Amino acid sequence: MPYTLNVNGQTHTVDVPADMPLLWVLRDVLDLKGTKFGCGMAQCGACTIHLDGEPARACVTPVAAVGSARITTIEGLSPDGTHPLQVAWMNNDVPQCGYCQAGQIMSAAALLAKTPQPTDADIDAAMAGNICRCGTYMRIRQAIHEAAGTIRAGDSAPVQITEARD
Amino acid sequence: MIRTRNVSRRFVLKGIFATGALVVAARVVPGAFRLAAQAAGQTNADRSLLHPTVYLGINPDGRVFIVTHRSEMGTGIRTALPMVAADELDADWSQVTIEQAIGDERYGDQNTDGSKSIRDFYDAFRYAGASVRSMLVSAAAAQWGVAPESCTTAAHEVIHEASGRRAGYGSLVEAASKLPVPRPEDLRFKTRQQWKYIGTDRPIYDLDDILTGRAIYGIDARVDGMVYASIERPPVLGGTIRSLDDAAARRVAGVEDVRTLPSFTPPHLFQALGGVAVIARNTWAALQGRRQLQITWDDGPNAAYETESYRQQLFDAVSRPGKVVCTRGDVDAALASGSRTIEATYYVPHHAHATMEPPAAVADVRDGRAEIWAPVQNPQAVQDTVSAALGIPRGNVVCHVTLLGGGFGRKSKPDFAAEAAILSRDLGRPVKVVWTREDDIRFDYFHAVAAVHHKAVIGDGGRPTAWLARSAFPPIASTFTAGAEYGGDFEVGMGLTDLPYDVPNFRAENCPAPAHVRIGWFRSVANIYHVFAAQSFVDELAAAAGRDPLEFQLDLLGPPRLLDLKAAGLADFWNYGVSSETYPYDIGRLRRVLEVAAERAGWSGRPQGNGRGMGLAVARSFTAYVASVVEVEVGTDGAVRVPRVTQVIDAGTVVHPERVRAQLEGAAVMGIGLARSAEITAAGGRIQQSNFHDFVIARITDAPTQVDVHIIESDEKPGGVGEPGLPPVIPALTNAIYAATGRRIRELPLSKHGLA
Repeated sequence: MPYTLNVNGQTHTVDVPADMPLLWVLRDVLDLKGTKFGCGMAQCGACTIHLDGEPARACVTPVAAVGSARITTIEGLSPDGTHPLQVAWMNNDVPQCGYCQAGQIMSAAALLAKTPQPTDADIDAAMAGNICRCGTYMRIRQAIHEAAGTIRAGDSAPVQITEARD
Repeated sequence: MIRTRNVSRRFVLKGIFATGALVVAARVVPGAFRLAAQAAGQTNADRSLLHPTVYLGINPDGRVFIVTHRSEMGTGIRTALPMVAADELDADWSQVTIEQAIGDERYGDQNTDGSKSIRDFYDAFRYAGASVRSMLVSAAAAQWGVAPESCTTAAHEVIHEASGRRAGYGSLVEAASKLPVPRPEDLRFKTRQQWKYIGTDRPIYDLDDILTGRAIYGIDARVDGMVYASIERPPVLGGTIRSLDDAAARRVAGVEDVRTLPSFTPPHLFQALGGVAVIARNTWAALQGRRQLQITWDDGPNAAYETESYRQQLFDAVSRPGKVVCTRGDVDAALASGSRTIEATYYVPHHAHATMEPPAAVADVRDGRAEIWAPVQNPQAVQDTVSAALGIPRGNVVCHVTLLGGGFGRKSKPDFAAEAAILSRDLGRPVKVVWTREDDIRFDYFHAVAAVHHKAVIGDGGRPTAWLARSAFPPIASTFTAGAEYGGDFEVGMGLTDLPYDVPNFRAENCPAPAHVRIGWFRSVANIYHVFAAQSFVDELAAAAGRDPLEFQLDLLGPPRLLDLKAAGLADFWNYGVSSETYPYDIGRLRRVLEVAAERAGWSGRPQGNGRGMGLAVARSFTAYVASVVEVEVGTDGAVRVPRVTQVIDAGTVVHPERVRAQLEGAAVMGIGLARSAEITAAGGRIQQSNFHDFVIARITDAPTQVDVHIIESDEKPGGVGEPGLPPVIPALTNAIYAATGRRIRELPLSKHGLA
C-alpha cells in the first residue's frame, strides 16, 4: 500500500508492503544507498538512521511504523558533508573500508544531540550497537570527542572549505 | 589537526564517470561504453595522449589519470599506489584522478591479498611515473635546446634553472608523446630526500564519498532492469536438493521467479554452492519469498562434521608423528636423552571473515558475454570462475571492481559472482545477488580450526636444546583438491617451520586433517594459530625458567644476523612468494621491534599480578616484523579490559605511514576480538552460528583504550602491512592474562574459560 515518507526533507510516496523494512525502501525503492545492510536484526548498526532525531535501525523498522516521522539518512545529515562529526571523521581519518561509517556517524550524531559533552563511557554505551570489522573504534572515540569540542565552543568547524583537489 | 577539505571532488568524479570511464557506480555507466570497454583503451589513462604504461596517462590539459588495479577494502591501497606514481612524476596531486581497473591480465596480478600490493607493484608504479616525467623533460629540453640533465621538475612543471624557463606538463604532452618510451634501466628515480608523497600522510581518495554516503560498494551497484536474488543454499557442504515446493514462495508479492542452481563438481573451488534462488523486484521480497520455500536436503557425508569430536581428532593427530616439513639436528636423540621436557597443545577454532558488507554481486549476461560488478579482491578470479560456470571464453567476462566493505580474504573467492552470473544467464536479465548475514556466516570459506603441539627439551637456563612442533588443520588445499589433508608450503611456512629461535635441534611436522566445510585464507592465515601457539609456548618456557619473557625471547633469538636458512633446515623456505635473497629473514629486525615495543610499553616497570599484567609476542610475517605488547586488567568476574596495546612494525619502506598506523590499530582490535568470544562451530555438518549475536566480534566496548603504533624507519624494500599486525596480538593478550592471573590460555576463545 502507499506510504508517504519524509526523507531528508523531501516527500516520497512509495507503494510497498507494510512490513517492508525502511532499509529496503531507502535502498531499493528510493535508491538512497548510504544506509547500509549489515545484519538484518539490529545487531550491527550499519543501517542507523534518525526518526525525528532519534537513532533507529532501519533494518528492523517496518515502513508502516514510520508514520509522519522525519527520516534522516547520512545523505541528509548535512547539506554539504560538513556536520561536525563528518569533519571530525575526516580530521581523524577514521574510515578504513568505510562501509559501517555512515551508521557510526548517525549513531554519534544522535548521541551528541542528547549528550553534547560525552565521556568515554557515554561514547562506548551509545556506540556499542555499531560494529566496525576494520577496528576503527579508537578513532571513532577520538572523533566524537573532537566534534563535541567543536559543538561545545559553538564555533564553526575548524576546517577550511576549499576546492583543493579539483 | 586542521585539514583542507575538498567538497567538490565527488561531483567532478561523477562527471568523469559519465564520460565513460571505469565505474564505481554502475548506474552512471552509459550502455554504449559497457562490454566494448574490455580491451586496451578502456581507461582514461589508456586514452590519454601520453600513456607509456597501463597505470598512468597524461593529457595536454595536464590532467593525470592513474589506474589502481588492486582492490580497496580498507588498507588505503587505492590511494597509496597512485602516490608512488605521482611522486615519481612530480605531479601536482590536485591534477590526479584515480581510476579503478577492471580485471585484466595486462595489469599483472590483481589478487589483493597476501599483503603484497606495495611490495610487488612499488617498482611498477615508480616506473609509471618516472617514465612520463623523463619523456616530458626530454620534450622540454629539446624545445629549449638544452641538455635534459640540466632540467628539473617540480609540481607539474619542467624547469630549466639556468635560463629560468619553465613549462607546464600539459604543454609538453604532445611533443613527449612522439618520443620513445625510456627503458627502465635508463630512468633516474628520485632519491628518498626528493620524495614529496611517498612516506607522507594523505586522506584516502574516497574519504569524502564515504562520509557523505556516496561511496559505491558492490551491494550498491545497480543496472537498469535488474532483479534481486536471495539464495537458500544446502546447509551442509556438498548437500543436494531432495525435494522442493516453491508454490508459497511464488505467491509472495514481488516474487517473480524461483530457480535452482546446480550443485558444484568437486573440488568446490569458487563455484556456486547450489541451492534455490528466489528472484524478486527488490531485496525484501526475495527474502520473504525465500522464507516460504519448502526444501528437503540430501546432506551427504559432511553431515558427520561435529566440532567437539573434530577437536579431539586434531588433538589426536598432533599426538602422533606427521609429515616432516622442516628438520635440523636430531630431535629424537635429544628427546631420548632423559632431559626435562615441557610440552603443550594449543587450539584455535574456526573463524568467519564477517566483512561488514556481505558478499554481493550484479551480473548482466547476454549474447555469450558476462559483465559483473562486485566487491572482489581478485577480478581475474571472477573472469576464471564465471567463464568456467557459463562455459564462455575468459575474455568475454568483464569484472568491474567496486569499493569493498571489508575483505580479509573472503572476497578473493568470488562464488557470489558465479551465482549472479548463472542466474542472469538463466533469466536473461541482470541479477543482483545479496547474501544475508546468515548466509555469510554459514557459508564462508572458514579460517581453519587448528591444533598445534609444541614439545621442548630443556637445557641450561631453561633454554630449549631441542624442539618438536606439530600442527594439524584442515588445509586451504582442500578448496582446490578434493580430499586434501596436508597444508601447503605457505601454510606451514607461516609460523611453524620458520620459528626464528636459536635451537640446535628442531623438527616441524604437519599432521593430516580432512576438511568438512570450505576452508579459505583469512587475514594473516596460518600465522594466527601458529604464532599464537609458538609465542604462548615461549612464554611458558620463560615462566618455567623463572625468566623475564622479554629477556628470554631475546636470548632465544640470539644475536642480530640474517638467518642462515639452509642451516636452519629451510633451504626451500616459502618466503611469502619472494626470494630470500631480496627479503632475508633478519633476526636483528625482529629483535629491534621487540625491544622498541617493550620500551614504549614500559615493560620494565610493568604491573604484574592482582589482575594486572602485560604480555608480549613477536613475529615475522608477510616479510614484515611486528611486536605487540598488550596490557590487561582482569576483573574478579573474569572481565578482561585492555587499557593499551603497543604495536611496532618494521615493514621496510613505507608509502603511507598514516594508513599503516590504521592497519596496526585495526589489527589490535581484530586480534582481541578473535581471542575473546569468536568461534564458529558445526553440528550435523551445519554451522551453528548465524549472525552477530552468536558470532561475536569486537565492539567499541572491547576495543583497547589506546593503541600506540610505532613504525621503524627503514630503507629496506617494502614489506607487508595489512596482515602482519594481527598474529602477535593474540598471544600477547593471553600472555598478559597469564601475567595478571597465573592462568595459561591454550585454547581460544577466552569465553570458554569464563573470561570475556
